[in-house]
Amino acid sequence: MPTATYAGHDVLVNDEGFLTDPAQWTEEMAPQIARSEGIAELTPRHWQVIRFMRTQYQAKGTGPTVRVLGKTSGVTVKELYQLFPKGPAKVAAKIAGIPKPRGCI
Amino acid sequence: MDSAIEGRAIEKVSIIVSKGSLEGIYPALIMANGARAEGIEANLFFTFFGLDAITKKRHEHIKVATVGNPGLHLATIVGVLPGMPGLMTSYLGHKMEKLDIPPIPEFIEMISDSGAGLYGCQASCDLFGISKDDLIEQVQGIITVGEFYAMAAGGQIIFT
Repeated sequence: MPTATYAGHDVLVNDEGFLTDPAQWTEEMAPQIARSEGIAELTPRHWQVIRFMRTQYQAKGTGPTVRVLGKTSGVTVKELYQLFPKGPAKVAAKIAGIPKPRGCI
Repeated sequence: MDSAIEGRAIEKVSIIVSKGSLEGIYPALIMANGARAEGIEANLFFTFFGLDAITKKRHEHIKVATVGNPGLHLATIVGVLPGMPGLMTSYLGHKMEKLDIPPIPEFIEMISDSGAGLYGCQASCDLFGISKDDLIEQVQGIITVGEFYAMAAGGQIIFT
């Protein structure tokens, strides 16, 4: 299994670059993962989504969909796509160190 | 050339919605929304009865076809009974809500918010006497087939 080095720590990642063990993730890793996804700087709005993803994952075992994010994270769908142009649920999950949400919606 | 295109990630999809039934519209919406969720550029082009999905007075009343729809496994004689389309639509709606699939008006608004473009087909709008004012506010314009092809250039076209 491939590894990546974020904030000086080696972590296990899958073929798409998602951390396979969310427990290995620390907040210090987020900016570096974000840059590799084309997000130069994480704003407080990005962090609101990233922390929400972590909380949801810990509570439910899976990251939320874009619809759930838009309704409950305090960030609208429109803003979510402005913050994460390459797909809010997918990219925010990667930055938050949780698995890619699987689902069609 | 072909082999260079093969294996390359999809970057843009243009989805044509030509049917006005619930089962005709949802697959296109799911594909458009799913494209945006993957960071793929998406445009939706509504033609013929597909226009119902973006027509103000119709988009909240899209129904499952209960006649001529063998996939429902419902005898035709039952499908024609008054109220059947509404009943089946309501039944499916409850199942979809449980799966986090939004109703059509909310889904279209969400897809528009995701940055996808929504367009009506000029020929169909002429045919049905529909103007921009008859369409929901998220629709960016009524365009010709030529304009559609120009917009779709370089991406994949999906017809539903």
